[in-house]
Amino acid sequence: MSALFEFCLRMGDNTLVLGHRVSEWCGHAPVLEEDIALANTALDLIGQTQMWLGLAADVEGQGRSADDLAFLRDAWDFRNLLLVEQPNGDFGVTMMRQFLFDAWHLGQLETLIDSADDRVSAIAQKAIKEVTYHFDRSSGLVIGLGDGSDESHARMQTALDLLWPFAGEGFEADATDLELAGAGIAPNPAGLRAAFDARVEQVLQRATLSLPESRFAHRGGRTGARHSEHLGHMLATMQVLQRSYPGATW
Amino acid sequence: MTPIAQVWEWLDAVPDPEIPVISVTDLGIVRDVDWEDGTLIVTVTPTYSGCPATSVIAMDIETALRDHGVDRIAIRQQLAPPWTTDWLKPAARDKLKTYGIAPPQPAGGPESCPHCGSANVERISQFGSTPCKAQWRCRDCLEPFDYFKCI
Repeated sequence: MSALFEFCLRMGDNTLVLGHRVSEWCGHAPVLEEDIALANTALDLIGQTQMWLGLAADVEGQGRSADDLAFLRDAWDFRNLLLVEQPNGDFGVTMMRQFLFDAWHLGQLETLIDSADDRVSAIAQKAIKEVTYHFDRSSGLVIGLGDGSDESHARMQTALDLLWPFAGEGFEADATDLELAGAGIAPNPAGLRAAFDARVEQVLQRATLSLPESRFAHRGGRTGARHSEHLGHMLATMQVLQRSYPGATW
Repeated sequence: MTPIAQVWEWLDAVPDPEIPVISVTDLGIVRDVDWEDGTLIVTVTPTYSGCPATSVIAMDIETALRDHGVDRIAIRQQLAPPWTTDWLKPAARDKLKTYGIAPPQPAGGPESCPHCGSANVERISQFGSTPCKAQWRCRDCLEPFDYFKCI
């Protein structure tokens, strides 16, 4: 398996899994405007998935399509961060998960726009426009809810405590990352941590939320070694049609 | 082979499926038209990566060109440079306004309410009924309206 294929799966599986999770809110959000915002965010992420998994399929060259990769792989073949497969919880957990992912995603894309691979750079240039306003929205909501009522503050702090152990996985580097960094195709994730911390701390300070001291990080998602139990359940819903009616078209 | 200028004229008449008052060329998403070995190549760029209108637009372009007698057509997608609202034609901005959608402004918000013209407006949400629009409200006439986001 080539490093570039692996990398495209990591990018595309992040946006696919989070896009699906966020779409689970459709019709259930606390207010109409947020329902529309969540659906739009999910749509952007699924659009980015088509680009990343489309490139993965091209790079692989085995005749698989982006749809095949999305709907016909099992949990152990997925390369997304554990963070994005965590369940939605309440609206606070969903927005905290979005905020932590957006902060990581933005830093990643800022580097990828200068990738030595033109195809990677083109996708990053397109995606960063959307991710910029995703981060703008999630930061605003984390501040608004964190520095809000006693109830909303408590819920946001609980969400941060719950999700913070999933924030570190995005900065782990393995042989795939080192190979791509050496070729100038993608950054070494470890080098993105400082900018991420600065970006997150600035928002959390305004949100009057306290960052947990521990840097412990759950890992195993981006390598596929050990996903959480939640991914399989999510895929069962997401893939049921293509699994039940192989080759179905409409 | 049909002259390229004629093809552009035909494309000027293909409406955007979501905002039918503007055409695909008004929107600035047709990046290039050219003949390659007897096949008409139309290069299109998506507005937003997940916009469901993208595939409909490709189909509408192909249908329109076939109606004009072009048999061999290929629609190519080009991602870079990414689409920006700067590529909207000036005439398209007026058409949007007449249709009730405030055109994009570099300042990041609408200049005025498309219903009553008041500049006293506020943002409800940066997301709207399609990926390209945000929801705003006029503080004077109190009507909500769509704003074509600037990206």
